[in-house]
Amino acid sequence: MADQAEIYTADHVLEYPYLRSVGPVVGAFLTGLRDGKVLGTKGTGGRVIVPPTEYDPETGEETAGMVEVGPEGTVTTWTWVARPRPKHPLPEPFAWVLVRFDGADTSFLHVLKASGPEAVASGMRVRPEFRTEGERVGHVKDISHFVAAGGAP
Amino acid sequence: MSEREPVTMMAAPIHLDYVFTAGVAQSKNLHGLEEGKFIGQRCPKCKKVYTLSRGSCPTDGVPTDEIVELPNTGTVTTYCVVNVPFAGQSIEIPYICAQILLDGANLSFMGLIQEMPTDEVRMGMRVEAVWVEPDELGPTMASVKYFRPNGEPDADYETYKEYL
Ligand SMILES: [Zn+2]
Repeated sequence: MADQAEIYTADHVLEYPYLRSVGPVVGAFLTGLRDGKVLGTKGTGGRVIVPPTEYDPETGEETAGMVEVGPEGTVTTWTWVARPRPKHPLPEPFAWVLVRFDGADTSFLHVLKASGPEAVASGMRVRPEFRTEGERVGHVKDISHFVAAGGAP
Repeated sequence: MSEREPVTMMAAPIHLDYVFTAGVAQSKNLHGLEEGKFIGQRCPKCKKVYTLSRGSCPTDGVPTDEIVELPNTGTVTTYCVVNVPFAGQSIEIPYICAQILLDGANLSFMGLIQEMPTDEVRMGMRVEAVWVEPDELGPTMASVKYFRPNGEPDADYETYKEYL
Protein backbone atom coordinates (compact mmCIF):
# COMPACT_ATOMS: atom_id res chain seq x y z
CA MET A 1 0.00 0.00 0.00
CA ALA A 2 1.20 3.48 -0.82
CA ASP A 3 2.94 5.27 2.01
CA GLN A 4 1.28 8.55 1.24
CA ALA A 5 -2.36 7.86 0.52
CA GLU A 6 -3.80 10.52 -1.72
CA ILE A 7 -6.43 12.78 -0.19
CA TYR A 8 -9.84 11.97 -1.58
CA THR A 9 -12.50 14.51 -2.37
CA ALA A 10 -15.98 13.87 -3.76
CA ASP A 11 -18.89 15.94 -4.97
CA HIS A 12 -21.91 15.54 -2.72
CA VAL A 13 -25.45 16.63 -3.40
CA LEU A 14 -28.01 16.97 -0.64
CA GLU A 15 -31.52 17.45 -1.94
CA TYR A 16 -35.01 17.51 -0.50
CA PRO A 17 -37.63 17.52 -3.26
CA TYR A 18 -40.23 19.48 -1.28
CA LEU A 19 -43.64 20.20 -2.74
CA ARG A 20 -45.47 22.78 -0.68
CA SER A 21 -49.12 23.73 -0.72
CA VAL A 22 -49.45 27.43 -1.37
CA GLY A 23 -52.86 28.31 0.06
CA PRO A 24 -55.65 30.38 -1.52
CA VAL A 25 -53.92 33.76 -1.90
CA VAL A 26 -50.43 32.77 -3.05
CA GLY A 27 -52.17 30.08 -5.12
CA ALA A 28 -54.21 32.75 -6.91
CA PHE A 29 -51.04 34.83 -7.43
CA LEU A 30 -49.16 31.85 -8.93
CA THR A 31 -52.19 30.93 -11.08
CA GLY A 32 -52.11 34.54 -12.33
CA LEU A 33 -48.40 34.31 -13.19
CA ARG A 34 -49.01 31.06 -15.04
CA ASP A 35 -51.74 32.85 -16.99
CA GLY A 36 -49.42 35.78 -17.73
CA LYS A 37 -50.66 38.40 -15.28
CA VAL A 38 -49.73 39.87 -11.94
CA LEU A 39 -52.25 39.85 -9.10
CA GLY A 40 -52.25 41.57 -5.72
CA THR A 41 -54.58 41.56 -2.73
CA LYS A 42 -56.46 44.44 -1.16
CA GLY A 43 -55.37 45.17 2.35
CA THR A 44 -56.61 47.68 4.93
CA GLY A 45 -57.93 50.88 3.36
CA GLY A 46 -57.67 49.44 -0.14
CA ARG A 47 -53.88 49.25 -0.09
CA VAL A 48 -52.80 46.81 -2.82
CA ILE A 49 -50.20 44.28 -1.70
CA VAL A 50 -47.95 42.57 -4.28
CA PRO A 51 -46.90 39.81 -3.88
CA PRO A 52 -50.19 39.15 -2.10
CA THR A 53 -50.54 38.03 1.49
CA GLU A 54 -53.46 36.52 3.41
CA TYR A 55 -53.19 39.23 6.06
CA ASP A 56 -52.20 42.88 5.76
CA PRO A 57 -48.63 42.90 7.10
CA GLU A 58 -49.17 46.31 8.78
CA THR A 59 -52.57 45.91 10.39
CA GLY A 60 -52.95 42.13 10.59
CA GLU A 61 -56.43 42.39 9.04
CA GLU A 62 -57.50 39.77 6.56
CA THR A 63 -57.01 40.88 2.97
CA ALA A 64 -59.97 40.81 0.61
CA GLY A 65 -60.01 39.86 -3.05
CA MET A 66 -57.48 39.79 -5.84
CA VAL A 67 -56.77 42.71 -8.15
CA GLU A 68 -54.68 42.77 -11.31
CA VAL A 69 -51.74 45.21 -11.36
CA GLY A 70 -49.04 46.27 -13.84
CA PRO A 71 -47.77 44.90 -16.06
CA GLU A 72 -45.36 47.86 -15.96
CA GLY A 73 -43.90 49.18 -12.78
CA THR A 74 -41.25 51.39 -11.19
CA VAL A 75 -37.94 50.34 -9.68
CA THR A 76 -37.88 51.49 -6.06
CA THR A 77 -34.40 50.20 -5.23
CA TRP A 78 -31.82 47.87 -6.71
CA THR A 79 -28.41 46.29 -6.47
CA TRP A 80 -26.04 45.22 -9.23
CA VAL A 81 -24.69 41.66 -9.38
CA ALA A 82 -21.41 41.93 -11.29
CA ARG A 83 -20.38 38.29 -10.95
CA PRO A 84 -23.42 35.98 -10.95
CA ARG A 85 -23.15 32.71 -9.05
CA PRO A 86 -24.16 29.38 -10.67
CA LYS A 87 -27.61 29.39 -9.08
CA HIS A 88 -28.44 32.99 -9.96
CA PRO A 89 -31.33 33.40 -12.40
CA LEU A 90 -29.23 34.89 -15.20
CA PRO A 91 -25.77 33.80 -16.31
CA GLU A 92 -24.72 37.37 -17.15
CA PRO A 93 -24.43 40.35 -14.76
CA PHE A 94 -27.87 41.65 -13.73
CA ALA A 95 -29.66 43.74 -11.11
CA TRP A 96 -31.85 42.59 -8.24
CA VAL A 97 -34.68 45.09 -8.21
CA LEU A 98 -37.67 45.93 -6.08
CA VAL A 99 -40.48 46.78 -8.49
CA ARG A 100 -43.68 48.59 -7.51
CA PHE A 101 -46.20 47.54 -10.12
CA ASP A 102 -48.58 50.21 -11.41
CA GLY A 103 -51.63 49.99 -9.12
CA ALA A 104 -49.65 48.40 -6.27
CA ASP A 105 -48.55 49.95 -2.96
CA THR A 106 -45.77 47.49 -2.12
CA SER A 107 -42.72 46.27 -4.01
CA PHE A 108 -41.84 42.94 -5.52
CA LEU A 109 -38.32 41.45 -5.70
CA HIS A 110 -37.18 40.28 -9.08
CA VAL A 111 -34.41 40.38 -11.68
CA LEU A 112 -33.67 43.17 -14.16
CA LYS A 113 -31.71 42.55 -17.32
CA ALA A 114 -29.65 45.59 -18.19
CA SER A 115 -26.44 46.40 -20.04
CA GLY A 116 -24.73 47.58 -16.86
CA PRO A 117 -25.29 49.38 -13.56
CA GLU A 118 -25.28 52.75 -15.37
CA ALA A 119 -28.46 51.60 -17.14
CA VAL A 120 -30.29 51.05 -13.84
CA ALA A 121 -31.82 53.72 -11.60
CA SER A 122 -34.40 54.00 -8.88
CA GLY A 123 -37.51 55.43 -10.51
CA MET A 124 -36.89 53.76 -13.88
CA ARG A 125 -39.85 52.19 -15.61
CA VAL A 126 -39.74 48.44 -16.21
CA ARG A 127 -41.92 45.66 -17.54
CA PRO A 128 -41.87 41.90 -16.97
CA GLU A 129 -40.78 39.44 -19.65
CA PHE A 130 -42.97 36.40 -19.14
CA ARG A 131 -41.86 32.99 -20.26
CA THR A 132 -43.93 31.42 -23.02
CA GLU A 133 -47.32 30.02 -22.03
CA GLY A 134 -46.07 26.46 -22.41
CA GLU A 135 -43.11 27.14 -20.07
CA ARG A 136 -45.16 28.75 -17.30
CA VAL A 137 -45.97 26.48 -14.35
CA GLY A 138 -47.24 28.78 -11.58
CA HIS A 139 -43.97 29.99 -10.12
CA VAL A 140 -42.29 33.35 -9.58
CA LYS A 141 -39.84 32.33 -12.32
CA ASP A 142 -42.77 32.41 -14.81
CA ILE A 143 -41.48 35.97 -15.12
CA SER A 144 -38.07 35.35 -16.63
CA HIS A 145 -36.83 38.85 -15.75
CA PHE A 146 -37.70 42.52 -16.13
CA VAL A 147 -36.47 44.91 -18.81
CA ALA A 148 -36.60 48.68 -19.16
CA ALA A 149 -40.11 49.60 -20.33
CA GLY A 150 -40.21 50.82 -23.92
CA GLY A 151 -36.57 49.99 -24.52
CA ALA A 152 -34.59 47.00 -25.64
CA PRO A 153 -32.67 45.29 -22.79
CA MET B 1 -59.53 33.12 -17.14
CA SER B 2 -57.51 29.99 -17.64
CA GLU B 3 -59.20 26.74 -18.51
CA ARG B 4 -56.46 25.05 -16.52
CA GLU B 5 -56.77 24.09 -12.85
CA PRO B 6 -55.73 26.73 -10.28
CA VAL B 7 -52.24 26.37 -8.85
CA THR B 8 -52.32 24.79 -5.39
CA MET B 9 -48.82 23.36 -5.04
CA MET B 10 -45.32 24.62 -5.71
CA ALA B 11 -42.11 22.61 -6.10
CA ALA B 12 -39.63 24.10 -3.64
CA PRO B 13 -36.62 21.80 -3.70
CA ILE B 14 -33.76 22.39 -1.30
CA HIS B 15 -30.56 21.61 -3.11
CA LEU B 16 -27.06 21.80 -1.70
CA ASP B 17 -23.97 20.96 -3.76
CA TYR B 18 -20.73 20.63 -1.93
CA VAL B 19 -17.28 19.09 -2.18
CA PHE B 20 -16.40 16.73 0.64
CA THR B 21 -12.70 16.35 1.48
CA ALA B 22 -11.99 13.14 3.32
CA GLY B 23 -8.74 14.28 4.95
CA VAL B 24 -5.63 12.22 5.64
CA ALA B 25 -7.06 9.60 8.01
CA GLN B 26 -10.26 8.84 6.14
CA SER B 27 -8.39 8.83 2.82
CA LYS B 28 -6.25 5.97 4.17
CA ASN B 29 -9.42 4.03 4.98
CA LEU B 30 -10.88 4.81 1.56
CA HIS B 31 -7.66 3.74 -0.13
CA GLY B 32 -7.88 0.41 1.71
CA LEU B 33 -11.45 -0.09 0.52
CA GLU B 34 -10.27 0.62 -3.00
CA GLU B 35 -7.87 -2.32 -2.60
CA GLY B 36 -10.50 -4.57 -1.04
CA LYS B 37 -9.09 -4.29 2.50
CA PHE B 38 -10.31 -2.96 5.83
CA ILE B 39 -7.88 -0.55 7.41
CA GLY B 40 -7.70 0.16 11.11
CA GLN B 41 -5.69 2.81 12.90
CA ARG B 42 -4.10 2.08 16.26
CA CYS B 43 -3.76 4.52 19.14
CA PRO B 44 -0.15 4.64 20.37
CA LYS B 45 -1.33 5.11 23.99
CA CYS B 46 -4.30 2.82 24.60
CA LYS B 47 -3.49 0.49 21.69
CA LYS B 48 -7.12 0.43 20.55
CA VAL B 49 -7.67 -0.10 16.83
CA TYR B 50 -10.30 2.12 15.25
CA THR B 51 -12.10 1.24 12.04
CA LEU B 52 -13.13 4.19 9.83
CA SER B 53 -10.91 6.31 12.08
CA ARG B 54 -10.98 10.09 11.85
CA GLY B 55 -7.27 10.11 12.67
CA SER B 56 -7.20 10.54 16.42
CA CYS B 57 -8.07 8.58 19.52
CA PRO B 58 -11.20 10.06 21.16
CA THR B 59 -9.98 8.88 24.59
CA ASP B 60 -6.36 10.03 24.45
CA GLY B 61 -6.56 12.83 21.89
CA VAL B 62 -3.44 11.67 20.07
CA PRO B 63 -3.01 10.84 16.37
CA THR B 64 -3.69 7.23 15.40
CA ASP B 65 -0.79 7.00 12.98
CA GLU B 66 -0.20 3.26 12.96
CA ILE B 67 -2.00 1.51 10.12
CA VAL B 68 -3.34 -1.98 10.81
CA GLU B 69 -4.76 -4.17 8.10
CA LEU B 70 -7.86 -5.94 9.41
CA PRO B 71 -9.33 -9.27 8.29
CA ASN B 72 -12.56 -9.82 6.42
CA THR B 73 -14.26 -11.47 9.38
CA GLY B 74 -16.04 -10.07 12.38
CA THR B 75 -18.84 -10.41 14.91
CA VAL B 76 -22.34 -8.94 14.94
CA THR B 77 -22.57 -7.01 18.19
CA THR B 78 -26.11 -5.76 17.68
CA TYR B 79 -28.57 -5.48 14.80
CA CYS B 80 -31.87 -4.19 13.50
CA VAL B 81 -34.24 -5.85 11.01
CA VAL B 82 -35.67 -3.17 8.74
CA ASN B 83 -39.30 -3.90 7.84
CA VAL B 84 -40.49 -0.38 7.09
CA PRO B 85 -40.34 0.98 3.54
CA PHE B 86 -39.17 4.57 3.10
CA ALA B 87 -38.50 6.95 0.23
CA GLY B 88 -35.17 6.36 -1.44
CA GLN B 89 -34.85 2.80 -0.12
CA SER B 90 -32.44 0.84 -2.30
CA ILE B 91 -32.59 -2.58 -0.61
CA GLU B 92 -35.58 -4.91 -0.63
CA ILE B 93 -37.20 -5.23 2.81
CA PRO B 94 -36.90 -6.98 5.16
CA TYR B 95 -33.16 -6.66 5.57
CA ILE B 96 -30.67 -6.68 8.41
CA CYS B 97 -28.53 -3.75 9.48
CA ALA B 98 -25.89 -4.76 12.00
CA GLN B 99 -23.01 -3.33 13.97
CA ILE B 100 -19.98 -5.38 12.99
CA LEU B 101 -16.83 -5.63 15.06
CA LEU B 102 -14.00 -6.80 12.80
CA ASP B 103 -11.55 -9.24 14.38
CA GLY B 104 -8.73 -7.20 15.89
CA ALA B 105 -10.73 -3.95 15.95
CA ASN B 106 -11.99 -2.05 18.98
CA LEU B 107 -14.75 -0.14 17.22
CA SER B 108 -17.72 -1.51 15.30
CA PHE B 109 -19.38 -0.01 12.25
CA MET B 110 -22.69 -0.51 10.51
CA GLY B 111 -23.05 -3.07 7.74
CA LEU B 112 -25.72 -4.85 5.76
CA ILE B 113 -26.22 -8.59 6.34
CA GLN B 114 -27.48 -10.75 3.47
CA GLU B 115 -27.66 -14.42 2.44
CA MET B 116 -29.63 -15.49 5.52
CA PRO B 117 -33.22 -15.44 6.81
CA THR B 118 -33.75 -12.19 8.69
CA ASP B 119 -35.28 -13.95 11.69
CA GLU B 120 -32.11 -15.96 12.32
CA VAL B 121 -29.76 -13.03 12.90
CA ARG B 122 -28.37 -12.85 16.43
CA MET B 123 -25.82 -11.08 18.58
CA GLY B 124 -22.46 -12.79 18.44
CA MET B 125 -23.05 -14.18 14.93
CA ARG B 126 -19.82 -14.54 12.96
CA VAL B 127 -19.78 -12.88 9.55
CA GLU B 128 -17.48 -12.17 6.62
CA ALA B 129 -17.44 -9.33 4.11
CA VAL B 130 -18.47 -9.90 0.51
CA TRP B 131 -16.71 -7.42 -1.76
CA VAL B 132 -17.74 -6.20 -5.18
CA GLU B 133 -15.88 -7.55 -8.22
CA PRO B 134 -12.21 -6.39 -8.31
CA ASP B 135 -12.82 -4.07 -11.26
CA GLU B 136 -15.67 -2.41 -9.34
CA LEU B 137 -13.66 -1.60 -6.20
CA GLY B 138 -13.52 2.07 -5.38
CA PRO B 139 -12.68 4.43 -2.50
CA THR B 140 -16.11 3.97 -0.94
CA MET B 141 -17.95 1.74 1.55
CA ALA B 142 -19.96 0.60 -1.48
CA SER B 143 -16.94 -1.61 -2.25
CA VAL B 144 -18.33 -3.88 0.49
CA LYS B 145 -21.49 -5.43 -0.95
CA TYR B 146 -22.60 -6.85 2.37
CA PHE B 147 -21.65 -9.27 5.14
CA ARG B 148 -22.86 -12.87 5.39
CA PRO B 149 -22.61 -15.64 7.99
CA ASN B 150 -19.26 -17.38 7.69
CA GLY B 151 -20.35 -20.60 9.39
CA GLU B 152 -18.19 -20.26 12.51
CA PRO B 153 -19.78 -20.87 15.95
CA ASP B 154 -21.16 -17.72 17.57
CA ALA B 155 -18.69 -15.57 19.47
CA ASP B 156 -18.76 -15.68 23.25
CA TYR B 157 -20.63 -12.67 24.71
CA GLU B 158 -17.56 -11.82 26.80
CA THR B 159 -15.60 -11.11 23.59
CA TYR B 160 -17.85 -8.28 22.43
CA LYS B 161 -19.75 -7.05 25.51
CA GLU B 162 -17.48 -4.00 25.72
CA TYR B 163 -18.60 -2.88 22.27
CA LEU B 164 -22.37 -2.63 22.68
ZN1 LIG C 1 -6.13 5.89 22.75
